[in-house]
Formats: sequence, C-alpha cells, structure tokens
Amino acid sequence: MSIAASTAETLEPIEDREELESVVIRFAGDSGDGVQVSGGQLTQVTAIAGNDLATFPDFPAEIRAPIGTTYGVSAFQINFGARRIRTAGDQPDVLVAFNPAALKVNIGDMPGGSLVILDVGTFSDRNLKKAGYEANPLEDHSLDNFRVVEIDISKRTLDSVEAFGLSQKQSLRCKNFWTLGLVYWLYSRNRQPTIDWLNEKFGKLPGIADANIAAINAGHAFGETAELGEEIKGYFVPPAEMPGGLYRTVTGADALAYGLVAGAKLSGLKLFLGSYPITPASALLHVLAGMKEFGVTTFQAEDEISAVCCAIGASYAGSLGITSSSGPGIALKTEAIGLAVSTELPLIIVNSQRSGPSTGMPTKTEQSDLYQAVYGRNGDAPVPVLAASSPADAYDTAAEAVRIATKYMTPVFLLADSYIINAAEPWLIPDVETAPHHKVEFRTDPEGFHPFLRDEKTLARVWALPGTPGLEHRIGGLEKDYDSGNISYDPENHHRMTMVRKAKIDGIADDIPLQTIALGSEDDSVAVVGWGSTYGPINRAVDDLRVEGMAVAHIHLRHIWPLPRNLGELLSSFEHVLIPEMNTGQLLTLLRSEFLVPAEGLNNISGLPFKTTEIKDAVRKILEG
Amino acid sequence: MNVATKIDPLKAKDFASDQEVRWCPGCGDYAIIKAMQKTLADIGATREFTMFVSGIGCAARFPYYMSTYGFHTIHGRAAAVSTGIKLAKPEMDVWVVSGDGDALSIGGNHLLHLLRRNVNLQFLLFNNEIYGLTKGQYSPTSRIGTRSPSTPLGSVERPLSACQFALGAGARFVARSVDTQQKHLPGIFQRSWEHQGTSFVEILQNCIVYNDDVFAEFTAKDVAPDRQVHVTHGEPLIFGADQDKGLRVDTKRLALEVVSIGENGVTESDILVHDETNPTLATMLAGMEPPDFPVAMGVLYCDPAPTYDESVLAQVEDAQERVPDADLNEYLRRGHTWTV
Repeated sequence: MSIAASTAETLEPIEDREELESVVIRFAGDSGDGVQVSGGQLTQVTAIAGNDLATFPDFPAEIRAPIGTTYGVSAFQINFGARRIRTAGDQPDVLVAFNPAALKVNIGDMPGGSLVILDVGTFSDRNLKKAGYEANPLEDHSLDNFRVVEIDISKRTLDSVEAFGLSQKQSLRCKNFWTLGLVYWLYSRNRQPTIDWLNEKFGKLPGIADANIAAINAGHAFGETAELGEEIKGYFVPPAEMPGGLYRTVTGADALAYGLVAGAKLSGLKLFLGSYPITPASALLHVLAGMKEFGVTTFQAEDEISAVCCAIGASYAGSLGITSSSGPGIALKTEAIGLAVSTELPLIIVNSQRSGPSTGMPTKTEQSDLYQAVYGRNGDAPVPVLAASSPADAYDTAAEAVRIATKYMTPVFLLADSYIINAAEPWLIPDVETAPHHKVEFRTDPEGFHPFLRDEKTLARVWALPGTPGLEHRIGGLEKDYDSGNISYDPENHHRMTMVRKAKIDGIADDIPLQTIALGSEDDSVAVVGWGSTYGPINRAVDDLRVEGMAVAHIHLRHIWPLPRNLGELLSSFEHVLIPEMNTGQLLTLLRSEFLVPAEGLNNISGLPFKTTEIKDAVRKILEG
Repeated sequence: MNVATKIDPLKAKDFASDQEVRWCPGCGDYAIIKAMQKTLADIGATREFTMFVSGIGCAARFPYYMSTYGFHTIHGRAAAVSTGIKLAKPEMDVWVVSGDGDALSIGGNHLLHLLRRNVNLQFLLFNNEIYGLTKGQYSPTSRIGTRSPSTPLGSVERPLSACQFALGAGARFVARSVDTQQKHLPGIFQRSWEHQGTSFVEILQNCIVYNDDVFAEFTAKDVAPDRQVHVTHGEPLIFGADQDKGLRVDTKRLALEVVSIGENGVTESDILVHDETNPTLATMLAGMEPPDFPVAMGVLYCDPAPTYDESVLAQVEDAQERVPDADLNEYLRRGHTWTV
C-alpha cells in the first residue's frame, strides 16, 4: 500500500438523501461468503469518509461448516456515525442476509421496521430446510414487521461477472462485493479504496480482481437505477467530530502488537514472542510474525508451556519475553508464570479472553479470566494485571505493561478479549516516542553483585545479562537468600522474600495514575465501574443517561492489580456502585474484598458484548427504585 | 561456540561454584560434574559464555554447582527455556542437564521438538532408570518388574530407549556413555560440544540410594569389556576382553548379530564398520540390550544439519536488511490513513 494520507472526505449532502446521525449494519452469511472481507472494506471506506465507527466480527467456531446451516453463519456488524461511536450498536438498522440460515440466526436481533436485504436466490427448498425453516419466511408473513428487500443477488452477481470466464463457483464468490456495492450506494460510500484494494490483493489474478470490481460496480448501479420504492433510498451520514490528526483503523490485535513493539523499542530490548496457536489469540502471533524488521522474533511453540518457557528463557538472556494465549492456554502456563515471579524476570502474558470454562465457546467473547490473572497461581505469587478497554486502547495498555514488567522485573498480565482482538476502530496515530516506557539498564559492575540485589525504591532486582564477565549467577524456582541470591530454606528468609515480592507489586500503585472518572463526577449518585471491553457500552449508556439528566458516572479501570491508590475513596463517594461484567462478578468480588464497598453486579455471560439498553435499564432500576 | 581468549586458560576447578554439593555420597552425578569441569577446561570455555539449564530432579541441581551462568527451571521445561535463551542470545554455549523423568516423561514433548528443530545446544540426559528426588518411584526407562513405592508388585510398563527416542525425533547427534567412565565421558562431552545442532548425550548414571547397580550387569569392571561395544567412526565394531567379538549384519533378517572372530570362518573383514552418519545403523546400535547384545557406547550418530537458531535469526536479519532502520512511526502511517 502507498504511504499516502488522504483527508477525510467531506461529502456534501446529496439531494433526496436522508441524513442519519448513525447507522448499524450487519452482514450475515455462510462462513465462506466473504462476510468478514466485506465488513473490513466497509470499515475502511467508512473511516476514510470521516465517520466514527466500531465493528463486531462474530465468527462461528467451524472454519467451513456445512453450507447453509445455522451453525455456519458468520456475521459482521458495523456502527458508524456523525457522532462519537462507542459500541458496535445494540440493534442493527440493516441486515444483509446471504441465505436463509443467516436470516434465521439474525432476524431475532432486528427491531421492527428495520431494513432486511435478502439474497432470495438462495431461498431454495433445500436451503430453507437446512436452515430449519418449516415454511418459507418470504411467504408466511413472518417478516411483515420489517422492510424487506428481496433481490436475487446470486443471479445478478453471475450476470455482472459473466464476461470474465470464471467458474460458477468463482463467480458466486463475488456476491459479497456486489452486495457491498449496493450498501456503498445506500450510504454514499466511495468505492475507490475498495477497488484499489482488490487490484492490490488480486493483482496477480486479474480475472478475479476485475470480476469483483465489476460486481461492486453492478451492485452500486443497481442501487442507483432500480425502482425499489420506499423500501430503499439513499442515506447520508455526515462526518463525525473527532480530535484532529492522522487516523487509521486498527484492530485490537494490531494495536497490542504495535504497543508491545513500541514498548520494547523504548525500553531498549528486542521483543521475543513465544506462542501456541489458539483462538482468538493467534491474531497477535500473526501480526508480530510480520514485524521482523523491528528485530521481533516469534516462536510458534509445540505447546503453551513451551511458549511461556521460551519467553522466560529469552528474558533471562536479555530480551523482552512475551507469551500470548487465551484462557485454556494461560491455565497451562501457570506454573511457568510462577517461575517468572520467583526468578523476578520481566514477562508479558497476553490473555485474549474467550468464553469458558474449559473449551467453552472459543470464538465468543467473555471477561471471566480476571480471577485467573489476579489470583490463579500456586504460592503467594502476585502479578500486576492490566486490561485494555478497546482496540485502540490496547496500544497504550500494552506499552504500559512493558513499562511495568521491565521497571519492576516482574511478569505482567495484559488482558484483552475476543471482542477487542477482532474489532476495529479509528485510531489517532500516536507518536511512538511518547508511549509509556522504562529504559532498561543492565547490570555490568561485578563489585558487590548478586542477582537479587534490589533497587531501594522499586524493589526490582538487578538484571544481569548472560555473557557479562564477572556476573555469572544461577537462578531458579527454589527460594533464594535475600542477601546472596543462593538457595535458602531458612524460615525467616522465606517470609522476608515472600513479603518483599508482595511489597514490590503493591508498590506499583505509587507509579500508576490515580483513577479518573471517564464521564460524570463524584457528585453523581451512581458509579458504573467497568474494565476491559465493556468500556464502549458503559460509556454510551452513561452518556445517554446523563443527557436524560441522570446523576450517573462512568469509571473504567486499566490497572486491575494493583488498584489505583485513590480508587477505594473514589468509590465510597457514590451512593451506588454498579459493575457490569461479562462474567459472574469477578471485579465485583475484587473491589468488595479490597474496599468493602457495597457494589452490585450486572452480569451478561452470553458470549456477546453488553447492549447499552441492558446497562441503562440497570441504572434506571437503581435510581428509580 | 565460544573460544577462550584469556591468557591463562581456566582449569577444571575454576568451573566449580562456591556452593556445597548436596548429592548423596556415592551418587554418579559427582563423576559427571567432574568430567564436565574437565571438559570445559579442555575446550577452553569461558565462564561468562557458558550456561547450564536444568529442569527438576537430582540432576537438575547441576547448574548451582557450576561457576558459569545457570538456570534451574521447572520440571521438564529446560529444553523450552533453553530454546528461548538460544534465540535471544545465540552466542551463549548452553548445556541442558536433565534426567529420565524430566526429559522423557513430563518433558518428553519439549525434548521431541528440541531435537526435531535442532537447536544448537548440548542436551545431557542422566539416566538412572528411577525417580530419585521424589524417593524412588519407577521412571519411563525403568525395566518391567521394577519394584518401587508406586509399583510394589513390579512395574508393568515397557521402558523407553532414550537414544532410540532421540533418533526417532530426528536428532543429528546421539551419544551414550557411563558416569564412571572418566576416560570416555569427557571425550563424548567434547564431541557433543563440537557438533553444531542439538547434541543428545545419554549418560547411564547410578543412583546409589534407589536403584543401585542397575547397570552393573554391563558396567561392572569384570564384565564391561564383554558387554559393551565402544563405537568409533570408521572402525570395526569389535569388543570383548580379548577383542574377539564383533557385530555383523544378518542380511536375511536385516538385523545385527554377535559373532566370534576366528570361529565358523568369521574374520575381522566380516565385522561391520561403524559409520556415524548412518541413521539406520545408529538405531540398531541404540537398541542393543544385554544379555544378547553388548550395550553400545560412544557417538552412535553424528550428521550435522542447519540449526534452528541460525535459521530463525537469519529471517530476522534478512528482514532488518531489507528495511534498514525500520521506523515504527513510519510503519504505523502506511496504508489507508486519513486526516481529521
């Protein structure tokens, strides 16, 4: 791609087009229908059009489930608007369903009166049966509540790409771009960036690029020329007001990778990632594997344990060791994380959380590994825990994790989740040099050296690189003597070492920002407190409620352990504390036990992000009794 | 591998740390550490570029007794930690010290992949056919019928051959020796050090407390010459106190057989000549067991191949050469961007 920045297009309102403040579109089809690709392209052109946006890709666990079945349905939702967008949207305004199964799975989420675009070319008896329909929904009036647009997209796609000599199967693969063309017309999006992308992506297969371009143009032309009556007309979504600067879109996986690379660079270390493939965490391995020019080494290990152990070995040898996984993989790494605690080596453990327990729902999001991160080790083994709150926030949170790991010589948990990893949003590109960091200085002086000499202030031990003459030392998981670093079974020494390891982590609270209030103030009655990817829905809900005049504030934690010094006092200033979580109440338990605060939980364990209405209803219930 | 640059080369005792050695009196590990310290002096190693990495077990205490860099990790994972060390700092000369439980039971998967990848380090497996540190349970190399606290009626599992496992995993260097063979062991260590790639060395080590004399049937002085064959590349596979026995290929069965030179018309020219680059021969030699066969000692297999650390780091270096002084700020501003 070219290194060129375009300026957000300032599209003038087009005659006959209705202006919208925001719109939520969901594409749904077979996992082979190219739904995610369409979504990615719509995200790009929408970002370039100057709208704020948030996306939610929702994959099935099966890579290519049997065609036409409900469990093979893949979906992509985007919310974009002329205002700040904080979630992928509670309810779609538009559903594009590529087959009966996609309709069946998604229609329940559609509000009455919403637009439903169907590829009726796929509504054969066979496909209806596969989707579990007993009657054809096109005929049984079950869709009467919606503005249904029936188009034989399959046939129209075949017609539009006829000239390119592709097989029927290849031709039908262009369906997603025909549909994208129609959606671009509907919301006055510019086709050119997508056409450029197709040329670049399939440049070596000109037939394929040309066919997809023909399809997108045909879909667009269909919108312009077809007499679709009142059901379809063009809309216009003006650009949003955003802080000035240069933007790009970023997924959480991208932002985590960039933040880790920035953190490693600023700390003066090479980055080493040890990882074993697991959904949804593999995305981070993929991004970092493509950044070797920054001195990044990635290692696809034979298992999760090897992945973390290699990272620990790399840290011992003077790199920044990172390991990345999801809950089940993190469980396997637990013993090794204890070794990093005991040997006091920097290590970043990225957990892209997914639904559990056990294998759970691998492609669905959840935030139920907080206990695992804060408490889940044998022995007294405190580890700092940070959580990213959005795809873009993952960058700063990752750099902050590197700062803490290197400054305090400790493993650090960096929590994301399936939603953050896969979702995209516009990102005001930062200056890398301004990221949080700690410049590492290795010990070189043999005078008075032992490996567990500590910095008086941070209590971090010295970091001596193998290969340094005179600093030869042995470390391991056995308890060490406080004054020499040699093995020690002395009872008092073990107590002292346990307490110093704890004090070191507790002390980090003095080196992190005081907790701020994202929306509202201490004078409000209700504090809605969140962590991780609930940021968007909580913020939107609280914003809306405040517009209604409700005394509600939003507090969102990045630092889960140790907690900010002022948090207990801050929470005590509210009459009510509500903690929405995609688990049964893990932060709730933590805050209750730390601060004895009478907080209450709001729990959604569906594998899907919160809807803003769920949070609004819970706050109203508190305030209105 | 590092080369000593000091004017006064270090002596064997210079590689001993100030920590008191805490193995049981009479443990075979004493002999092994002595051979190792001699080897390091012989090869002119430096303390700062030499490193011992271990898992858990009696043998795993080894790093604490050496004056080099050392990492006593967790059970079975020394191979994995070492891979990270070699990828982060390939100039370190890494020796992994492991046992039969550590390497072949809890750490079997890591050893398999270490060997398959061919990470450039030496992997020493102290095989005493027993779990010593946990007080005497049978191990994956214990023979059928081994009575132990967890198998009071005798173990029923078939034992694993460490060297055959290594060869099966794709090891490019496989050798075997015995703790007490002080003339043999340093030479094997030196060969393993010279080899580029993962050098796998099985050391038959006597556990005086829980499995005493388990190897005596072929290591006792009076029987050793007749029950061991010391293999040397290019030399005939002859053994015996009188050097009158040898190994020959029975072509009808494609198997080795023991023959006596001078009997039934057998001459020295009938005896198989050791070729350490032949993996099939190495596998046959590794599988020889008493009483029908002598136990093979020495370098059974050595055939270098590209090492994992070199290949991985070459990709990183190539990427850095293609994009010299890669600038993350510039990287983040590539592709589709827009200004508000």
